[in-house]
Amino acid sequence: MLYAILCYAHEETVFAWSREEEAAVMEKLHAVQAPLEKAGKLGPVGRLMPTTAATTVRKGRDEALVLDGPFAETKEVLLGFYTADFETLDEAVKFAKDLSAVNPGSSSYEIRPFYVFHPGQITASEAIV
Amino acid sequence: MTDIGWIELALTAARPQALGALLRYFRDLDTAEEAFQEACLRAIRTWPDKGAPRDPAAWLIFVGRNSGVDQIRKRAKNEPLPEEAAFSDLSDAEEDIADRLDNSHYRDDILRLMFICCHPELPNTQQIALSLRIVSGLTVPQIANAFLVSDAAMEQRITRAKARIAKAQSERRPGDKGVVGFETPDAYERAARLKTVAAMIYLVFNEGYSSGVNNPDNITLCEEAIRLVRILLRIFPSEPEIMGLATLMLLQHARAAARFDEAGQIILLENQDRSLWDTKLIAEALAMLDKAVRHKSGGPYQLQAAIAALHARAEKPEDTDWWQIDLLYQALEHLQPSPVVTLNRAVAVSKAEGPEEALALIATVAAPLDGYFYFHGVRGGLLMQAGQTAEAREAFDRAIGLANSPAEAAHIRMQIDRLGELRS
Repeated sequence: MLYAILCYAHEETVFAWSREEEAAVMEKLHAVQAPLEKAGKLGPVGRLMPTTAATTVRKGRDEALVLDGPFAETKEVLLGFYTADFETLDEAVKFAKDLSAVNPGSSSYEIRPFYVFHPGQITASEAIV
Repeated sequence: MTDIGWIELALTAARPQALGALLRYFRDLDTAEEAFQEACLRAIRTWPDKGAPRDPAAWLIFVGRNSGVDQIRKRAKNEPLPEEAAFSDLSDAEEDIADRLDNSHYRDDILRLMFICCHPELPNTQQIALSLRIVSGLTVPQIANAFLVSDAAMEQRITRAKARIAKAQSERRPGDKGVVGFETPDAYERAARLKTVAAMIYLVFNEGYSSGVNNPDNITLCEEAIRLVRILLRIFPSEPEIMGLATLMLLQHARAAARFDEAGQIILLENQDRSLWDTKLIAEALAMLDKAVRHKSGGPYQLQAAIAALHARAEKPEDTDWWQIDLLYQALEHLQPSPVVTLNRAVAVSKAEGPEEALALIATVAAPLDGYFYFHGVRGGLLMQAGQTAEAREAFDRAIGLANSPAEAAHIRMQIDRLGELRS
């Protein structure tokens, strides 16, 4: 079984960390990941930029709406996670709109640029339907 | 991180919202600040044992409001303070607090708190000092350090600025300029406040940026300005000019480690070691600019950010797209005509077309910029490139006479040395 571990934190506090504090936290996080990585069980790991860098594509009546900021309504929960390389935000928005158009169960796709991207080394398994 | 360290970060993060709400409630800055201070002291006493509340800002507003009301009552009737026990078990009431506090005001509360520091009668330096004290919560010695003045002088400056605001507020008539209303602003008023506050935040940034490496505290000013603009972005997520301002500051700050050598001498953009640029900040900035541009509603901050982005995108100085930078400066000249913008454009023109064209361009702004250090510095550089060494020497001498800091003067002296090498 594969899992996505989504980290939620108080953004304003995390972004108030000094460089040293941040480095210390990151080092500890890396240490926790190391055994999994050694066992070949670590998948893609990404750190998101602050929600101020977020854009949300919300299903509209005709065409999906593009909104600035994170998707914050808590009644709907995060269901999926894609990573891809886009030249511009517009390409990313188009991709999300296309997803939105064919997925009757979806309501929002949040587009967030990465700070860090490790492709990891696990391969797809029975999780892919 | 220690418990206290964590609590301090949480208090700083909650400060604009909590203090802004208390200001709306008490309509007086001193009372609001005292109430907030008292709430913070209680937080430091109770949070380590009971754990932090789920919503620190709501907790601080609730406790601060009670404490402020008691202070007012105490002053009015000279009554003793109620027992500590009346406040001590607040965690159980937390669910309640969240309901009772009217969260719908919080955007305007934060904006008002920032806006009150931008009184038009206050000179720029006082606006910066006041917002660092009130909005950011920096201590007087921290601010004094950043401005290289004594603690006492800074204390006096802040006290005077606050007195001026208090006076204007008490004499206020509806519609007076520079007087801050406590009612919910309409869309027009909100937009005007946002614009003023954005300019103030850029002042804070520039104060830190221009004094540079000689005073490490000023790195903090740049970081503080970035923190403030992130707060604005969170409460007003769809303002392209605020995105532009954020982009501009992130890109300028990304170069901080490369802007000065070990002796504190300025290193020009083209000579900077680009591997020292902060790629994380640049990535965030470029993403932010992409967001802003989607709105197709340009403005001065976005244009300046776009220019900075072209520099950030160039891996080597010779990769810089000077032609595009020239176009962006032309758009900026059109939107915000200023001789300084023309001077900056001249640098792009010299790279794209040559020094003669640039010299012709700056000749048009020679009169208004005659007393400006950068004008003579740039002109000297262009004359040197054009091979007019005698005229270049003259321009550099003028620049040294107008230098604002030893680093600036030293930089020009280096140019003069190069001039000597060219001649010999």
